[in-house]
Amino acid sequence: MIQAEKLRKTFDKGRVVAVDEVSFTAQDGQITGLLGPNGAGKTTTLRMLYSLLAPEAGSIRIDGVDPLAEPLAIKRKIGVVPDSRGLYDRLTARENIRYYGRLHGLDRAVVESRIDALAAVLDMGEFIDRKTDGFSQGQRVKVAIARALIHDPGTILLDEPTNGLDVMTTRSLREFLLQLKAEGRCVVLSTHIMQEVAALCDRIVIIAAGRIAAEGTAQELLERSGADSLEDAFVRLIGSDEGLLA
Amino acid sequence: MIIVFLKEILDNFRDRRVVINTLLLSPLLGPVLFAVMMSFMSKQVSERMEKPLELPVVGAEHAPNLVGWLERQGVIIQPPPDDPEQAVRDEEFEAVLRIGPDFADAWNAGRPAPVEIIADRSLRYTGTTISRVNGYLATYNAQIGNLRLMLRGVHPDLTRPIDSQILDLSTPTSRGGQVLAFLPYFILIAVFVGSMHMAIDTTAGERERKSLEPLLITPVPRWQIMAGKLGATAFFALASLALSLVAFVVSMGMLPTAEMGVKLNLDMAVAARAFVLVAPAALLAAALLIILAAFAKSFREAQSYVGLIVLVPMVPSLWLMIDPTKAQYWMTWVPLLNQNVMIVELVRGSEIAWSWYAATILSTSLLALLLAGIAATLYNRPRLIFTSG
Repeated sequence: MIQAEKLRKTFDKGRVVAVDEVSFTAQDGQITGLLGPNGAGKTTTLRMLYSLLAPEAGSIRIDGVDPLAEPLAIKRKIGVVPDSRGLYDRLTARENIRYYGRLHGLDRAVVESRIDALAAVLDMGEFIDRKTDGFSQGQRVKVAIARALIHDPGTILLDEPTNGLDVMTTRSLREFLLQLKAEGRCVVLSTHIMQEVAALCDRIVIIAAGRIAAEGTAQELLERSGADSLEDAFVRLIGSDEGLLA
Repeated sequence: MIIVFLKEILDNFRDRRVVINTLLLSPLLGPVLFAVMMSFMSKQVSERMEKPLELPVVGAEHAPNLVGWLERQGVIIQPPPDDPEQAVRDEEFEAVLRIGPDFADAWNAGRPAPVEIIADRSLRYTGTTISRVNGYLATYNAQIGNLRLMLRGVHPDLTRPIDSQILDLSTPTSRGGQVLAFLPYFILIAVFVGSMHMAIDTTAGERERKSLEPLLITPVPRWQIMAGKLGATAFFALASLALSLVAFVVSMGMLPTAEMGVKLNLDMAVAARAFVLVAPAALLAAALLIILAAFAKSFREAQSYVGLIVLVPMVPSLWLMIDPTKAQYWMTWVPLLNQNVMIVELVRGSEIAWSWYAATILSTSLLALLLAGIAATLYNRPRLIFTSG
């Protein structure tokens, strides 16, 4: 479970406020969506969650642990698929994943069996032993996800996971995320795509201009805004249609 | 740490460019260049010394005795060009001897008879020829002078109040050391160039591939990640160094050193000592290059910084080449300068005190560890992780 309380982060010596007063809770066994236009502060929020950035104010607890105080403990608990997939082109998919498994301190045997299991679930058998140079976006995302899950984390953070994926890959990715949810994990994903949150998320946190614009289930958001569709609700809640076309 | 180290080694061994650059080109470039240059030079010098001297003489008719004597010495007298000055300027001839019309008058009157060697000293290749002509004339001068004195009943030795001779204590080995004076430069360059690619790839390259962020989300302390990268870079530097030294030993062994009157004190034992001496500099190079490359946003940017740093080991080498001073103890406390001094001393075959070894290794290691320490904390700065936002 993730509890974020009044997070604030500025850049460029306080001139740019990226995130301000962001609070939300993500439950285990649920998928929580951070929805917002580009540049709203989703990635910054996630980076604070996985302890790569320190918030200037506010507090974070992941399963009761403070990432600021125990960054290494947090990193063992969470699996992260960052915005940039960042694979090593000269290594095979398996070697990429193995590297992270070993960095997590797992035994060689454990790593290998986990890779085989993940490769089966994510349907990676075809390219698992190929060098990642020349991989498609879908293949890269799969490697990045397998890499993030190698240590069987209870909490999974995904930054724009469906970015650049085709319809079929997006569908199978959604199914996989639902499966993670069914296993009782806490899944948080950021996206600017409406259909995604509608199809996947139990709770939606709308972020605009670094602040929480609204929070709740899809149904609650519809009722609160009085709109017919989630898209209209989104536009009304953030007060503009900025970024939707991007 | 070990895991990062092994991964970086594997990753970079996959890159053929790196392997060729680091493990082939950079260690071999020095020795091959050096060997080719040396054998060419020694051949050139001996050819110039042994080949009969061809000398155009202007006004040979004014001094038939001198010309005849020169011919007996093996000089091939050639007919003069119409305009000797122009011919030398055009580099048709390296030197032309001109005997003036008043040669005979001055000779007969007992005055110094004028001869001119027309040459252009700024042309370096003419040096040997000019000094050979000069040498012949000086010998002739002395012979005639002595004869004149003897004719007047004066012992020629009277004109030589002092008999000065140089007792040359140089040994073939120490002369070989002179030949090897720029060995340290090539060795240090090999270390820097050898670690260059690795340093960039593991830092700026990691950032360019955007794999730095996921890497830092693993539960590994950042200094350990950096230490792994540093270790891998230093490993490549050491490999480069070792290969370079072996290549030097092999290639220098093929030089015709006996003909050059030198003996190169560069066997495997000396190379091993040089390795121990330069090994701390490999860590130093790795740390220095990593610090620089870690600040760069892209591979290309890093390359431009690092290209300049490769000049750093040149500074002490060049300084010693331009201003060859006596090796002194304080120098062994200055990293990079001490490697230069020590390698030169080593190949000269001189006895080196243990304190010199200790100072060299200690001072370089300390600086290297300091830089490594700085490098290890670099990834604690958020600015270095998110340069693109």
